[in-house]
Amino acid sequence: MKNNIDIEIIIPGNTRHLRLVGRVGQQVVQELDCSEEAKEELSSQLVTVLTEGLVNAIKYAGCTAPDGQIHVRITLAEKNLVVRIYDTGAGFDLDAIPDPCFSPCGMEDKGRGIFILRSLMDRVTYTCSKEGNVLEMIKELP
Amino acid sequence: MEVTTEQNEGVTVLCVREDRLDANNSEELKAELQRIFESGSKDLVVDLKEVLFIDSSGLGVFVTGYKNASTLHGTLKLANLQLQVQSMFELTRLHRVFDIFISVDDALQSYK
Repeated sequence: MKNNIDIEIIIPGNTRHLRLVGRVGQQVVQELDCSEEAKEELSSQLVTVLTEGLVNAIKYAGCTAPDGQIHVRITLAEKNLVVRIYDTGAGFDLDAIPDPCFSPCGMEDKGRGIFILRSLMDRVTYTCSKEGNVLEMIKELP
Repeated sequence: MEVTTEQNEGVTVLCVREDRLDANNSEELKAELQRIFESGSKDLVVDLKEVLFIDSSGLGVFVTGYKNASTLHGTLKLANLQLQVQSMFELTRLHRVFDIFISVDDALQSYK
């Protein structure tokens, strides 16, 4: 990789800017020294993770106040890619969220976001504090 | 949400004319599917050739549509899934639930 990258983005707490943040993620992945195929795969995963993480913060972490902002930090280092999404909402218990039901008779229209994050990233944590909450997702790089 | 619809021998074909189907526009597609079912159609093929990205909100729209179609003893079939969209259906095991076709013609053929 050419250089370590650390990008911070602050967006309003609504879904209008999902595409924009995804595009930033795609550009970050272009800085990796790896095959085009690997870049394409990681880029797709990062756009998905950024979208799911942001929607989670907006819809489920309770960050929907008119002045609510969401702070995204993307860090690309030698060995891993770290995405942190900070919110100031009520937060939630990540461990209390079950995997979705995979059976057609029991499946719901919601409840796949965290499962997708866990599937695409190597480590996912959500930490609540008085100062705010952070969803941290780490992907080890090959 | 830009969509086009056409009828083909009793089957409604809905083409989603967006490159992203996510939390910002999925409710609009959900309403469109609901409108189609309420208008009396019960067999629906959704053409996703232009959709390059889907998130869990978008997947949820099709789960709702699948359930609504089943309630009406109808069907909701999908066609032309692009790479990321296909990956998301596989990741969430929804490819085992939906009838997925490589083209709209193949999907329509399955009704004959």
